[in-house]
Amino acid sequence: MPAITEDFPFLKGVVYLDSAATSQMPVQVREVMADHYRLGASNVHRGVYDWSVRATDRFEETRQKVAEFIGASDPAECIFTGGTTEALNTVAQTWGEANISEGDTIVVTLMEHHSNLLPWMQLAERKKARLLWWEVTDEGELDLAQLPEILAAQPKLVALSWVSNVLGTINPVQTLVPQLKEHGAVVILDGAQGVPHLPTDVKALGADFLAFSAHKMMGPTGVGVLWGKRELLDAMPPCRFGGSMILSVRQDRVRWAELPHKFEGGTPNISGVHGLGAAVDYLQEVGMDSIRAHELELVGYAMEKFSNLDGLIVYGPQDPLKRSGVLSFDFHGIHPHDLATLIGREGVCVRAGHHCCQPLLKKLGRQGTTRASFYLYNTKKDVDALVLALKKAREVFKEIL
Amino acid sequence: MMDIAADDDLYKSIILEHYARPPYKGALTDHTHYDEGINPSCGDEIELFIKIVDDKVEKVHFDGVGCSICLASASMLTKILRGKTVEEARKYRQAFKDWLTVREPEPSPLDLDELEALGGVRYYPVRIKCALLAWETFEGALRKQSTN
Repeated sequence: MPAITEDFPFLKGVVYLDSAATSQMPVQVREVMADHYRLGASNVHRGVYDWSVRATDRFEETRQKVAEFIGASDPAECIFTGGTTEALNTVAQTWGEANISEGDTIVVTLMEHHSNLLPWMQLAERKKARLLWWEVTDEGELDLAQLPEILAAQPKLVALSWVSNVLGTINPVQTLVPQLKEHGAVVILDGAQGVPHLPTDVKALGADFLAFSAHKMMGPTGVGVLWGKRELLDAMPPCRFGGSMILSVRQDRVRWAELPHKFEGGTPNISGVHGLGAAVDYLQEVGMDSIRAHELELVGYAMEKFSNLDGLIVYGPQDPLKRSGVLSFDFHGIHPHDLATLIGREGVCVRAGHHCCQPLLKKLGRQGTTRASFYLYNTKKDVDALVLALKKAREVFKEIL
Repeated sequence: MMDIAADDDLYKSIILEHYARPPYKGALTDHTHYDEGINPSCGDEIELFIKIVDDKVEKVHFDGVGCSICLASASMLTKILRGKTVEEARKYRQAFKDWLTVREPEPSPLDLDELEALGGVRYYPVRIKCALLAWETFEGALRKQSTN
């Protein structure tokens, strides 16, 4: 890993272990975003003056960068959205509305984030479709023994996380997707926890749709990407009507714009998209392979340290190779909010709660977990600080443990 | 990175004691009032069973799952409101809320007793709703009944 500390000056003195919720932004990204306003703002795809050309060029360059970043050959397949949630809802409201009928089967996994769950539960209810839950094993992995049942159900759609935001489990997407597709399923992949941390190649992943958010990969909030296969996107009706998304509007006839603009009604988050472009540049500069290797090292180190902590249980796969830089744990049964508060007092930022995965938490038999998550700016010292903070927390609760 | 006052002591013994050994935990069967409160951000859930006779809170029990602050506050509620009139109980709820949600509290007009141990919560704004969940549920139970 190259030295990057000076790109995150605000992290000095803070142990930030909540990048799975939102990542920190390097100064380089912030400057590119500020440029949009500092040098003169304008709308995109509109004006013919310099400012507009600059804004538009950077906007469309970002689309190109994002496409390259995820291995998509056609930038027009990358739709800018407000985030992962909006991207997933867009597919539910357009593709889902047009393709799901009464009696169809939709598969969701028990480890989905609510954002890749609720749109499909709602769709199933609207269409009287059948919802089939793909179970999670006690080891925190998708239950592969259930695969024959899933395939036999011939689902129209499978909604699947690439990486679980609670368990850290990396699902074996590349082996599962071809089988699902052979049986006629369209596969939508929630990439919110995958794309920022693992080298991404949509061709290798094989899914039909991939959704992810800029703010979990060093970019700003309010921007995300929906990637989809062109033939699917072309066949989908638009769902957000307004400026930018039309070819022509007459009183008696409307023609929609081509991809990607068909799905980008209204003025987009321009500086935010510019920020995403800068974030992709930053990640490319460091290298996704290096980032993955760095996180793997940290997870391995943390799990080793944790194994020496009496009363600590890590959820999810025990093999670091099967997981991302996300570690959910229980410590002596101390309620996650109490634990996170105590850890926070030591300057260590972790997340506590159900992580928007209540069905999964119910399966784990927990109301919530405490979660530490790593990114490229974290170090082994951060892990040491976490372990020390945990020991101090135990002291506070020792009289009732 | 966090603004913590010098006298911060969030997890006082009395809080942990209520959390570990709440005297009035578990459902009632002869309650006259009931409500459940949920904190959607953390999933904490409190059920309150209240028996009111002649406008007097004869007893209150709670059940549920939550953090130490949430459950200790619920346990303190069941202890402190026992035997109070409904009007007094409501005043307690208001007094506690007023006292807890200001940065620089004046001494409360009511004797908050053990509840004062929860004062440390005010330095953790996101935790204030943990301390208030049972109290809001109490108000909800009273209101539910009056609208029935």
